[in-house]
Amino acid sequence: MRSPGQSHWFLPTASIVLALILSIVPLTDGLAPFRPDWVAMVLLYWSLIEPRRYGLFTAFWLGLVVDTLSGTLLGQHSLALLVIVYLSQRFHFRIRAFPASQVATVVIGLLAAYQFLLFWIDGAAGRDVALLDRIGPVLTGGALWLLVLVGVERGRKAAEARM
Amino acid sequence: MSGPGQAAGVPGKGQVSHGARFALLAIVALALMVIDHRQDHLARVREILSLAVHPIRLVVDLPFRAWNSVSQALADNAELRTRKDELQYELLVAQIRLQEFGEIKRENERLRGLLNSIEEEQGFEVRVAEILSVDLENRQRFVINRGTADGVFVGQPLLDAAGIVGQVVAVSQLSAEAMLITDAEHALPVTIERTGDRTIAEGMGDNGLLELPYLTNTADIQPGDRLVTSGLGGVFPSGRPVAEITEVDLQPEKQFARVFARPLATLDRDQEVLLIWPTAAAEGQTTAGLTAPPAEPGAATDATGVAQ
Repeated sequence: MRSPGQSHWFLPTASIVLALILSIVPLTDGLAPFRPDWVAMVLLYWSLIEPRRYGLFTAFWLGLVVDTLSGTLLGQHSLALLVIVYLSQRFHFRIRAFPASQVATVVIGLLAAYQFLLFWIDGAAGRDVALLDRIGPVLTGGALWLLVLVGVERGRKAAEARM
Repeated sequence: MSGPGQAAGVPGKGQVSHGARFALLAIVALALMVIDHRQDHLARVREILSLAVHPIRLVVDLPFRAWNSVSQALADNAELRTRKDELQYELLVAQIRLQEFGEIKRENERLRGLLNSIEEEQGFEVRVAEILSVDLENRQRFVINRGTADGVFVGQPLLDAAGIVGQVVAVSQLSAEAMLITDAEHALPVTIERTGDRTIAEGMGDNGLLELPYLTNTADIQPGDRLVTSGLGGVFPSGRPVAEITEVDLQPEKQFARVFARPLATLDRDQEVLLIWPTAAAEGQTTAGLTAPPAEPGAATDATGVAQ
């Protein structure tokens, strides 16, 4: 039995934990720069679906967890997540009204902004990070979002056709 | 950051509080970063957070660990026997070396006594730590499965059978983060074994490479020279193997040559490392090896080299 109340927290929590796990699973040196920003993507998704539950505070705490897990400056991912969630929520209503392909464009833009912020903070802190490490995740993240989008769209069309 | 200023112009009450909340949290995040960047002030916070996320790390590490033990359990009997023979042989060789070493050590102590050396001979305790199969953002850092509960401390040296691996940079109760000597922020005081000259070996963010940026063109150095720890800085015990010189590139028009070395320790991730506790060292906890200037001289010579 799955009440709506249960699925309300279960799916988001499970997906966030999974995103955290995927963000530290060991990859080879060649693949590592292309690890998508799982946490940013999942958080963006839920903040678009349920902005009241998953907003700025979630972004802040989740950022701290990511910083701890990945050994970065405490607050670095917090700030980057805060900014993209803030931006996505400020334009939330408009984003919801957009067709899915335009949402994807916005999301890719936000992912790029996210990486840019991380890059910028690393620079300010004097940490040397290869540029590919900052571009790779946007490429794979964007591609992944588009793939999911196509899947969702197809599923919806199939459902409509059946009705 | 243009964030904090934006809240004012937004119409609607809900929007304003949203913007204000963002501003507040962003300021907290910024403050955290500034404090954390100045090192050590947030060590306690990190320790607690690190303990809290430990289960996630264990979950990620688990399949790799399980796979290892399964493949061990399935290992062929004959394979195990040959492995045992190999190890027995290695042990024998090591023991013979050790006898030799004891002789040298006594000789060394006698000579030190003659010289009235102030450098004290250090003894140390050793313990094995396993590297957890989790990635950190910096590829030159890793997590080990021992923490303050085992007496691990910041600045503690890590070794393997072949040489120096790195040092601990952050600890929590059950785990610790460590950096390899090849981390771009790591600088290691070394001695060139053949000549006894002292210099610094800096990491470059590449697993297989160390740079020695402070050797002049006239320095007596050649490919194949071995580098050992000099013991200066107090982090690492002296005389441990570090690296072998691979490339000496003289730059007649400049002050310093470009010299590179290859670390002797196997710096890949899926293995065990040795933690050592100095027992006789009086002030073994300085972090002098940690906070040396980044490899600017090398970068500077690069830039000017292109310009000319």
